[in-house]
Amino acid sequence: MKFAVVVFPGSNCDHDAYHALASVLGHEVVLVWHKEIHLSGADVVVLPGGFSYGDYLRTGAIARFSPVMTRVVEFAAAGGPVLGICNGFQVLLEAGLLPGGMRRNKTLKFICEHVNLRVEVSDTAFTKLASVGQVLRMPIAHGEGNYYVDADTLRELKERQQIVFRYTAPDGSLDEQRNVNGSVDAIAGICNRDRNVVGLMPHPERACEDVVGSSDGRVVLESVVDAFRVGAVAPAG
Amino acid sequence: MKAKVFVTLKPSILDPQGKAITGALRTLGYNSVCDVRQGKYFELDVEAETVTEAETVANEVADKLLANPVIESYRVEIE
Repeated sequence: MKFAVVVFPGSNCDHDAYHALASVLGHEVVLVWHKEIHLSGADVVVLPGGFSYGDYLRTGAIARFSPVMTRVVEFAAAGGPVLGICNGFQVLLEAGLLPGGMRRNKTLKFICEHVNLRVEVSDTAFTKLASVGQVLRMPIAHGEGNYYVDADTLRELKERQQIVFRYTAPDGSLDEQRNVNGSVDAIAGICNRDRNVVGLMPHPERACEDVVGSSDGRVVLESVVDAFRVGAVAPAG
Repeated sequence: MKAKVFVTLKPSILDPQGKAITGALRTLGYNSVCDVRQGKYFELDVEAETVTEAETVANEVADKLLANPVIESYRVEIE
């Protein structure tokens, strides 16, 4: 089981992802520079958090044109599991692999804190081992995580059950005050129609050990390992 | 030829930065400014024979890169 963590200029959570996947979970991980045109035969691709290209123009807008992204798009189209965390989620939106866009947080502030996420579906490549309604505690760290989709797309996301995570209170109830960045419908993470591409603003890779405050993020990373083991996702690398 | 591209959030999208600026203007006493929408402005130098040609290129790059059609709209002016 091999993970590729893509490194864009300005990525700063690439080593967090590397640490969680390699040191904590014990998997083979390769850091793939954004100028590469291959994914080193990886089974799973992670687009990490950070500030690719200094967030110039819009978050993720320039990273989407990196050479490696052509390969990531092909990998996703072939059924390969792709996880976009924070800036990685923003890149997936700009690349059109997931629907919607990001606005500045409603408070205009960069928010760095732990939030509660309710798992909405457990049939994606990255939530397979979680249960619907389960509440996970993970940190967020972003200035532009205010997710937006128009009403028609939102209806479609709901119909196809593509909303994967929502910001909630610790007991899993929806509370607008807990929707810290102002996202439409308190959306924290979504998946594509084929359910192999997942993007979320919170950081599961920074919540894999109790010593850092939470290990709730492990279920996200372990899910894809399990999905792979039982052949639920296609080896596309 | 010079192309000017103005990118703004779609009218339906809340602009928190614009709201903050509106609030600051209130503090300064400009109560007549009811609302502010913040956007981006780009100047492109385009090699083109005709205005139409420059316009086509500017519209294309605005659509593909300068604006995110999910949340933003744009307007092009050629000089």
